[in-house]
Amino acid sequence: MSKKPVEKKDPDTTGHEWDGIQEFNNPLPRWWVWVFYLTIVWGIWYTIAYPAWPLIKGATAGYLGFSTRAEVAAEIDRFKGMNSELEAQLASADLNTLTPGSDLHNYAIQSGRATFATWCSQCHGSGAAGNVGYPNLLDNDWLWGGTLEDIQMTVAYGIRSEDNDDTRYSEMPAFGDDYLSDEEIAQVVAYAMSLSPVTKDAADMSLVADGAVVYADNCSSCHMEDGTGDRTQGAPNLTDAIWLFGDDKAAITAVVSEGPYGVMPAWSGKLTDSQINAVSAYIHQLGGGE
Amino acid sequence: MGILDKHVVLEKNATLLLVGSLLVVTVGGIVEIAPLFYLENTIEDVEGVRPYSPLELEGRNIYIREGCYVCHSQMIRPMRDEVERYGHYSLAAESQYDHPFQWGSKRTGPDLARVGGRYSDEWHVDHLVDPQSVVPESVMPKYAFLLDKLIEPKYIQDVMKTNRIVGVPYTDEQIANAEADWLSQADPDGDNSDVDALQARYPKAQARNFDGKPGVSEMDALIAYMQMLGTLVDFSTFTPDASR
Repeated sequence: MSKKPVEKKDPDTTGHEWDGIQEFNNPLPRWWVWVFYLTIVWGIWYTIAYPAWPLIKGATAGYLGFSTRAEVAAEIDRFKGMNSELEAQLASADLNTLTPGSDLHNYAIQSGRATFATWCSQCHGSGAAGNVGYPNLLDNDWLWGGTLEDIQMTVAYGIRSEDNDDTRYSEMPAFGDDYLSDEEIAQVVAYAMSLSPVTKDAADMSLVADGAVVYADNCSSCHMEDGTGDRTQGAPNLTDAIWLFGDDKAAITAVVSEGPYGVMPAWSGKLTDSQINAVSAYIHQLGGGE
Repeated sequence: MGILDKHVVLEKNATLLLVGSLLVVTVGGIVEIAPLFYLENTIEDVEGVRPYSPLELEGRNIYIREGCYVCHSQMIRPMRDEVERYGHYSLAAESQYDHPFQWGSKRTGPDLARVGGRYSDEWHVDHLVDPQSVVPESVMPKYAFLLDKLIEPKYIQDVMKTNRIVGVPYTDEQIANAEADWLSQADPDGDNSDVDALQARYPKAQARNFDGKPGVSEMDALIAYMQMLGTLVDFSTFTPDASR
């Protein structure tokens, strides 16, 4: 059975006519027109509810009293509130007494991990393995000490940080300036290389004996007579396998002649006490903590 | 014929349609743009914000020349995640002397609005010379050539005068001493350096040999600029006005 075709009446035309072709004036679909009216109503509601119309001194504040700044402050406060108890405990906690497995310890490690990723990983690496010139925090070789208190102090006050008076400070002289001749530097480099297991084989043994004399006169007051270093002044241990600035002859020669030294910013003031404690606890448990 | 049918007149008259469109757009502009120039709560004066020192300005121009803004924004948005990662959200006043501003909306690299003081100068040098040497996962290109290009404050007065034309309130004294300040900041131990005078004119200006190498290179200027970014406002004393 075929359907009876619906009789459709042509709509009015716009009145335009070109070469006998006329244009229908179809109305817009009903739903479209209503959505359009709704957007107008919504627009009026919006300017009443939210800050909108500019007046003489400021804009209308809006019925809902919305403010981006208030919003973000409230959001930050909400999260602070959730952790406030643990934060307060952590800020004044003696890190040595944190029991692994306790809520506070878990909180410190997790929050320390986040703090480390945000503020520390750019130099020390996302995995804390360090880079040339930026110490590895996973090993047990510490320049300034690896106990919780030592780490905490380093984080809070920095190392050679210009904007903190309590910062850890020491400066290796640039021996290439006036102190030592090129010959003496070559000798002492050979001696230093002979101390470490990784560079021992590459050391020029013919210079080592003379180098030992140069070392005793110039280096032993900080790096100690046996080369084991001195943590109170951040003088590295030269007898272990770790060379912060590189373990080839050229790199070690550059260190002796130019006396490079790293700078770590002081984080007290930038991070909260609890963040400093958290990141110290986090670093301590990475593997090298003492 | 109701008012809704009158649009036929506009549709049939191109000139009238143009004039009408212009009027509509003008109303939008007057309501949305013009008030920003006079409303008190959009012009927030914040203590500590000052025009860039000559060396910082030089560094800023290098920053713009190298297109750092293509990957790095300088605007911390008022959202919790951004505030926790980058620091206090940016204030409009902090870029009031920026021509052009560096807000940006695309972050291939991190936001730099508060990068000042976050890393050591040595880190900046290592990182600009070879970013992957300190951040292996980074996709940033190398900018080692900045170290080799030594610069002089030859045109710095012109740059400051140009900035003054577009509204940065450099005083005659600041412009007259531009070259001296430029040199004092890059080499505070130099023979004619006067860091106190520099800091009197530009409070909180940091003066040192930023790249650790003799001579003033583009690296010095760029690091001087980056080390001051976001450091001018003391947020321990700043009280945000919630209405803004």
